[in-house]
Amino acid sequence: MSPLVFLLAALAGGLGAAVRYLVDIGIARLTGPRFPWGVFLINLTGSFVLGLIVGGLPEAAFVVGTGFLGGYTTFSTAMLDTVALWRDGERRASAFNAVGMLLLGVVVAFAGLAVGTAL
Amino acid sequence: MILVRALIVAAGGTLGVALRMLLGLAIPDVGGLPVSVLLANVLGAFLLGVLTARLPATKRRLFLGTGILGGFTTYSAFTVGTAQLWTAQPLLAAGYALGSLVLGIAAAAAGLHLFRRERGGAR
Repeated sequence: MSPLVFLLAALAGGLGAAVRYLVDIGIARLTGPRFPWGVFLINLTGSFVLGLIVGGLPEAAFVVGTGFLGGYTTFSTAMLDTVALWRDGERRASAFNAVGMLLLGVVVAFAGLAVGTAL
Repeated sequence: MILVRALIVAAGGTLGVALRMLLGLAIPDVGGLPVSVLLANVLGAFLLGVLTARLPATKRRLFLGTGILGGFTTYSAFTVGTAQLWTAQPLLAAGYALGSLVLGIAAAAAGLHLFRRERGGAR
């Protein structure tokens, strides 16, 4: 990988992280603070679009996939939210945030890969 | 104000994504298993737990947590990696998915609890 591609991917990742921050705030305003729908929906949309790109546009997979979508989606916050919901006594919401996000995420990743490959 | 905060997150995110890519270059996949993604995600979950326990929700935490650790860890590569692994090695894919989840939750909880500031003696 050339240093330029590395730099581009890193900057795309920064942009993805900023988009995540703004989208998360926007969704939280719509849904309220009871369940972290922001990161939940961000991780699902990012999983679908990464599948789409890996399946259909592999030449863009590094900058857009590893970079932008890697910065846009996040694993660490999803884990912290899961622990926080559990500690607040919201056991079902916690389980849904962990297992539901994983199952739906893999399903939409499969869907993205299938659509991307077909295009 | 929100744009300044978004720029802080972007700066941290750029660094975090660069660190994850360096880890990916240093640690190759083992038998199709994306070891570097697993490592970044579990380590990032632990460190975000530590940050959440230790730092108030200031701009510094926005930079380090939402920015660097948010960019360092990734969910899309995790789910797409699982889906890709599934077609060839479904057992390994299931182990990777569940293992990441269990280790990630344990790491986040450990970071939160081990580094919690004690107030007023024993917990």
